[in-house]
Amino acid sequence: MAKFKMHLLVCGGTGCNASRSQEIAANLKSSLKDNGLENEVQVILTGCFGFCEKGPIVKVMPDNTFYTEVKPEDAIEIIMEHVVKGRKVTRLLYTDPENKQHVADSKHMGFYKKQMRIALRNCGYIDPQNIEEYIGADGYTALAKCLGEMTPEQVINEIKLSGLRGRGGGGFPTGLKWEIASKNHADQKYVVCNADEGDPGAFMDRSILEGDPHTVLEAMAINGFAIGATKGLIYIRAEYPLAINRLLVAIDQAHEYGLLGENILGSGFNFDIELRYGAGAFVCGEETALIHSMEGQRGEPTFKPPFPAQSGYNKKPTNVNNVETYANIPIIITKGANWFNKIGTEKSKGTKVFALAGQINNVGLIEVPMGITLREIIFEIGGGIKGGREFKAVQTGGPSGGCLTNKHLDTPIDYDNLIAAGSMMGSGGMVVMDETSCMVAIAKFYLEFTVEESCGKCSPCRIGNKRLHEILEKITKGNGTMEDLDTLTNLGRVIKDTALCGLGQTSPNPVLSTIENFYDEYLEHIKDKKCRAGVCKSLMQYVIDQEQCVGCTACARNCPVNAISGEKKMPHFINTELCIKCGACIEKCKFNAISIC
Amino acid sequence: MTKIKSLADLKAMKQSVQEKIDTRAKGKAEGLVQVKIAMATCGIAAGAKNVMDYMMSETEKRGMDVVFTQTGCMGYCHAEPTIEVTLPGKEPIVFGYVDLKKADEIIDKYIKDGELVEGIIPVNYEKINN
Repeated sequence: MAKFKMHLLVCGGTGCNASRSQEIAANLKSSLKDNGLENEVQVILTGCFGFCEKGPIVKVMPDNTFYTEVKPEDAIEIIMEHVVKGRKVTRLLYTDPENKQHVADSKHMGFYKKQMRIALRNCGYIDPQNIEEYIGADGYTALAKCLGEMTPEQVINEIKLSGLRGRGGGGFPTGLKWEIASKNHADQKYVVCNADEGDPGAFMDRSILEGDPHTVLEAMAINGFAIGATKGLIYIRAEYPLAINRLLVAIDQAHEYGLLGENILGSGFNFDIELRYGAGAFVCGEETALIHSMEGQRGEPTFKPPFPAQSGYNKKPTNVNNVETYANIPIIITKGANWFNKIGTEKSKGTKVFALAGQINNVGLIEVPMGITLREIIFEIGGGIKGGREFKAVQTGGPSGGCLTNKHLDTPIDYDNLIAAGSMMGSGGMVVMDETSCMVAIAKFYLEFTVEESCGKCSPCRIGNKRLHEILEKITKGNGTMEDLDTLTNLGRVIKDTALCGLGQTSPNPVLSTIENFYDEYLEHIKDKKCRAGVCKSLMQYVIDQEQCVGCTACARNCPVNAISGEKKMPHFINTELCIKCGACIEKCKFNAISIC
Repeated sequence: MTKIKSLADLKAMKQSVQEKIDTRAKGKAEGLVQVKIAMATCGIAAGAKNVMDYMMSETEKRGMDVVFTQTGCMGYCHAEPTIEVTLPGKEPIVFGYVDLKKADEIIDKYIKDGELVEGIIPVNYEKINN
């Protein structure tokens, strides 16, 4: 077979897919054919590149040209210019926001410079639907090494030595978890992959499953070998159709190639993987609830112990790990624990994938070594705050996490430092906020989520969070008292101490951490009845500046509730009792005469 | 369909696939020899495509890791086909009138040993970036 001189990698992640990347790939292929180049240039639909802000992405290899915001119509130009004539299509290149210059290749992009891609190593590099490409990228070598050269104890020791900790939330040492499961004897054991990614804004697990499904299958088989299980289950939410589809393709291929099933690689080891679909309940990310849901029961957590390692799925010893944790396993086996444990900080080894979202320039998926600072993530990789506004806070760990502020910008990020700062790693959501975000409203938003998603089994979570939410509602309406603030803190601490599962115990974190870090803002809401960010509608008033208003009547004509009155060519007034604070008048005013105070 | 029954099967498959995705892997790697081949109309007309094919297969045969990229017109249309070779840590050097024989010489002497050969075109411009 002739070797392809050039590879065009088109992002096939959910985000880029929605922006018609399938069509881009199809157009590239047909244009190549028109030019008789179909045997010289290969088009591959890959997993997520992470730079979702500027998607869809088309990357040209080997010269690393990185085209952003590509439209299906641009395909012909890319082929005619870049492929045929060798000239880069400048208008599609990434523009450095600082010096406004085009960046020709991804190695020079600020977004990628500080990243270290271990779990995401194959995302945006191989075709996820082609097991051969995964094998070519060192895939299944780790499984072969385990089956051929290592004993289960050695595998567990290697993982223990690597210092890998669970990437799904609490950060429990993975090797230890495996060891406990391996020591429990039973006729059947289970390996479960937790792909019930529920944190708002987090999508790293989905991206790994979409971009590199085989790595998860391989890691689960290794896990099975290590603890003596022959059956693997992936619990995935039904809202991830693309990930499910790619997993099914991957499982079929692995069977076909003999890398799953019976007598894998002639070793006598049998392992099989099935999918279980979740209906998308947040609590099912908690391992005991997840197991109950897989058994067909209500997705409610139960008290630990017994831990799943003792009595899990069908009352058999079960090891549950998260997708990102699994994505680290094969490379630890091939490169060795001593390679992995040199990356990161003393107690948190390796890298972490974060989903950057919010008021930040480069929204997307990033993977960085543990110990990197928030400043590096937000200002170097993330490209700073949108619109040049002031950084205010970053929310990490989703509904279980808290808000970090300016004073944490230079703290090295790892499991323990985040907990010390009143937040947590969680699954790695990172929502960046600027001065236009109200911290009380943010806390209320997360509580709304928790109240909605609470399974209702234990009263601290079911009733306590509801009360927290009501008090926050009261404060944002301008009816809060200083006593409420004390109640919030006390109640929050009680929930933390008494809720049944990990999710309940961490649910007051958004409230407690914002009170801790933004006490002034709570005070303003309660005492001055003011919301400095202009988010809490009840605390705002729209006013027309009598000097600036020329009486054009544009605002009055557009007010949906007729709250604005005034003579033509005379200053207008807003009746604050009628005003619903929709902001329509501000949008229509050409003279900047309307302001919020 | 090929089933992988043993470690040897897996290794064999890995090797055969690696050759196919090699073009991508080279882009990812650091510190490789870079060869740019001018492939505008003039270059192609003068046979640059054959030169590129030849150099790609030859370097592979000789087990050398070289990244080949095609570029637009370098401006030396009088001396097509032209190629630019960048050894790691060195300034790029442009060679003109590269036919298959010259290509062979460049691979053998300059790329392999860093020994200069005839046919260098002095660089007459500066590039703003790579």
